[in-house]
Amino acid sequence: MRRIVAHEQYCIGCRLCEIHCLVQHSRSKKIIKAFRDERDAIVPGVQVEESGAVSFALQCRHCDEAPCIEACMTGAMHRDSQTGAVLCDQERCVGCWMCIMVCPVGAIRRGPERHVASKCDLCLGEDYPACVANCPNEAIVLEEDDG
Amino acid sequence: MSTSTEEPNQRIEPRKWLIEPDFIVERDPDRCVQCQVCVRQCANDVHEYDPETGLVSSDSSTCVGCHRCATLCPTGAISIRRSELEFRPHGNWTAQALRDIYKQAETGGVLLSGMGNDGPLPVYWDRLLLNASQVTNPSIDPLREPMELLTHLGRKPDSVRVAGNGGPVSTATELAPQLMLRVPVMFSAMSYGSISYNASMALARAAKEAGTFANSGEGGLHRDIRPHGENMIVQVASGRFGVDTEYLNLAAAVEIKIGQGAKPGIGGHLPGEKVDGAVSATRMIPEGTDALSPAPHHDIYSIEDLRQLIYAIKEATRYRKPVAVKIAAVHNVAAIASGCVRAGADIVALDGYRGGTGAAPTMIRNNVGIPIEFALAAVDSRLREEGIRNQASIVVAGGFRNSADVVKAIALGADAVYIATAALVAMGCHLCQKCYTGKCNWGIATQDPYLTRRLNPNIATRRLVNLLRGWALEMKEMMGGMGINAVESLRGNRDHLRGVGLTDRELEILEVEPAGR
Amino acid sequence: MDRAPYMIIGNSVAAVAAVTGIRGTDRERPVTVIAREPHHTYSRPLISYLLGGAVDEAAMLYRAPDFYEKNGVVALLGVEVVRVHPDERTVETSDGRTLGFERLLIATGGRPIVPGDVPGTDAEGVFTFTCWDDARSIAAYVEQEGVKRAVVVGGGLIGLKSMEALVRLGIETTVVELADRILGATFDRKASELARRRLEGAGVSVRCETTVTHIRASRGKVTGVTLRDGGRVPCELVILAIGVVPDTGLVRDSGIRTGRGIVVDDTMRTSVEGIYAAGDVAEAADLFTGEKRTIPIFPNAYRQGLIAGCNMAGGRRTYAGGLAMNSVEVLGLPTISVGVTDPDGEGCEVLSDLDEEGPVYKKVVLKGGRVVGAIFVGDVDRAGIITGLIRERVDVSEFRDVLLTDDFGLISLPREYRKHVVSGKGIVV
Repeated sequence: MRRIVAHEQYCIGCRLCEIHCLVQHSRSKKIIKAFRDERDAIVPGVQVEESGAVSFALQCRHCDEAPCIEACMTGAMHRDSQTGAVLCDQERCVGCWMCIMVCPVGAIRRGPERHVASKCDLCLGEDYPACVANCPNEAIVLEEDDG
Repeated sequence: MSTSTEEPNQRIEPRKWLIEPDFIVERDPDRCVQCQVCVRQCANDVHEYDPETGLVSSDSSTCVGCHRCATLCPTGAISIRRSELEFRPHGNWTAQALRDIYKQAETGGVLLSGMGNDGPLPVYWDRLLLNASQVTNPSIDPLREPMELLTHLGRKPDSVRVAGNGGPVSTATELAPQLMLRVPVMFSAMSYGSISYNASMALARAAKEAGTFANSGEGGLHRDIRPHGENMIVQVASGRFGVDTEYLNLAAAVEIKIGQGAKPGIGGHLPGEKVDGAVSATRMIPEGTDALSPAPHHDIYSIEDLRQLIYAIKEATRYRKPVAVKIAAVHNVAAIASGCVRAGADIVALDGYRGGTGAAPTMIRNNVGIPIEFALAAVDSRLREEGIRNQASIVVAGGFRNSADVVKAIALGADAVYIATAALVAMGCHLCQKCYTGKCNWGIATQDPYLTRRLNPNIATRRLVNLLRGWALEMKEMMGGMGINAVESLRGNRDHLRGVGLTDRELEILEVEPAGR
Repeated sequence: MDRAPYMIIGNSVAAVAAVTGIRGTDRERPVTVIAREPHHTYSRPLISYLLGGAVDEAAMLYRAPDFYEKNGVVALLGVEVVRVHPDERTVETSDGRTLGFERLLIATGGRPIVPGDVPGTDAEGVFTFTCWDDARSIAAYVEQEGVKRAVVVGGGLIGLKSMEALVRLGIETTVVELADRILGATFDRKASELARRRLEGAGVSVRCETTVTHIRASRGKVTGVTLRDGGRVPCELVILAIGVVPDTGLVRDSGIRTGRGIVVDDTMRTSVEGIYAAGDVAEAADLFTGEKRTIPIFPNAYRQGLIAGCNMAGGRRTYAGGLAMNSVEVLGLPTISVGVTDPDGEGCEVLSDLDEEGPVYKKVVLKGGRVVGAIFVGDVDRAGIITGLIRERVDVSEFRDVLLTDDFGLISLPREYRKHVVSGKGIVV
């Protein structure tokens, strides 16, 4: 499956990935409208971690053996058979945060508006996920992973 | 966004009243979404986010006009304009002249600039026009027929003896070592220290990929770049930074730097702030110390001394590498060049007054040296007159902007062209001319880790290779248009040039006919 | 006799994981699931959400309705296995059938404990609360009797989730706990206190260090309870939530080794070859001590079931060991607890950060430079990173100071560990 890989040494900490993730997951998908109307309603699936001059974008690894799927008590966390991505069905999620408890990468967030788990969904199989397409320094790239 | 070390300066500083901002930062409130990318990306702290109001605002006073914020802004909300404080128009007292005095009045220092002469003197390449074939001498289609850009730099023999006697032919004359270039454009000297590690690496990798050469500049050769030695020309400059036998031998050629176009006659200065661990190790000087290159080489006080150094290097490299001498284009450049050739230089590099630098006193950058167009014509003519043109290749540098400039330079007599500013621009430089501050927002002229990570060497290499590729294709088109299929036929072929807007004297020096003739 | 190639007793998380584990290797041979409850596989933790009205019946399913068809599972629902005969490799069902198996997984979970020494537990209106049907029964009783007050016996996780459902229904609730604090098995003193404040703030009455000695009834229906100190609490509903014991009845006298639960090795195999156990009924190695114990936690049950299923189909996976962990919101206050949360001081170092206002409480327990436990109350973001540090037994001595900071994240950890966590499929360092 295709995986998003982050290269720490090229990340410039601009957070354009977070911005475009938000836009991609907004209703309008237009940046000005999305920021005006939905900025506080969407948690970007990718978050930049930063410490001094080191930073990198972190999102769900869509693990082969996903601890979140194992811990999810409603079955909301599941794997998409086509893309191989781990997705959260927010209609079934009850916000118990078991997934947050077990994700070793800390890639799952609460809410913000609804009481549900939010995380990267690999842009539902787009050729270029929004973060990859908009990183100005090719610090986030897509790699084919056959392993 | 703040750069690495300290917190934003909280101390109260007395204001320098006479100094005004150079640029005005304009933010379109209908487009700004307060995403704060600009805040994070500006090394000069122009933009600021106020959590209380939830708005981003800009303080234009520190803007250097590098366009980093405008380029990365996801909604295109930022534009940068020249400062609106207009002076009454004055032929003598231009705005720049006034500003320079205000700055010196407040600081008492030497005015410094980065990059090359930005003054309004003519660009003579724009007054030289190329020929094209019509009717009598048909043009050549570069897509259908072979078009040779391959160039060899080095000493050419006075005559060539061919052996063969009926069998397979070979050259009996031993040829001096040559550099082979797939395209007659090389990356000029930019020292590691003045530019970042990523930039240096990208230049080396691009040179290798494009089949040409990159000059290491006077900063030595970083360990990681040494594997690219076959595509490197290493410099021996007055500070002799990083020079040891390994350095000389791993490169394809050695260049003795006597002068550079941006600041002829004076030395160089890399501030201690830019000498971090890696720069220190590469230059072989203590960390944090200023790297001072003296004005003259303290062991070269005559042409004979130069000859001695040239041959010392040839001995050290076992006569296997061409040795070049780089001089700035100054008044009697022809005589100097001739002297260099007779002293044993295999390549003479001429750096015109538009040449760039990381830091130079503005007065010298803008007022010392002559245009490369005249220097080239003068040197090429002089060497021909003296019958020694074959003994050295001429490489020219100093503000070459595009493939047309390159073609004209070759027609005027150059063997190849060095580009530096163009290469940096290809990597993202916006010519804000503040290289000496070490706060290059594009990650090129800095050692600050917050900033250097912005230049992804993969992307930079790709851009450089793209540039050379585009230029090579254009050159083939222009040559084909002139009915030429090999760059040798273009070299020194001044008949392919015509001048416009040039005085008789200028035309005479250039040995170029005016348009119409 | 026809032997089911794979037979699974149970239909909850361990069973579903086992089906997944089997199908990862063997896509062909049929799997037989036999379950006492008549329902499609459902999420047991959701029963309190169902009772409280936070979810409806349609939301109860743990997997899609076509889960059995898609996975080649023959499901015998509403059938209880009463006995296992390892020698004959058969099971005996409540409806009198004898079914043969090649490989068997016992995933029967647990049974609720009903105190034997409390008179009145047989009155109407006294319930245990461990299954879907319990939720339905309680809901029906509440509606039918117009229940206004209730007593929950047991201040552990099940008791609290029951309480939460009742509060949502607008019922005045009293929680009775034997120990000196609620959630004593999960939390430390401070976290218990924060939880208690939350309950009391919502009008729930919490009575600790006491227990119900007598359930009173009138005309057969509950009217109240008597506590050990003699005090009385009137109510129309009693939920007994004092604990769950592994449901091992079916293997009694079978020769399959049991302790408190069915003992398994690190491949989830019981003492009898070809017979496996997983989930709340199993007694498997503890991650830290290696000692066998039952850790009835959802993710553990899944992992055990997955490994058991895999091995039943010929695989060779091992179980790394169980880790106690819970994520539960106490009346809207998020809490996460992992591992050893209340050490008895033996060589343990405790780091904690408390903001009474929030409330936000974070605690990390270290032993020998490694994290062995953690508590998060109020702010549970990224707790999983700490869980990962516990599981991987990472030496955190060098960076212990950053564990509780607000901006703690993967970047706070050393590069080598970061790289390992994303197993080369992620951050390229």
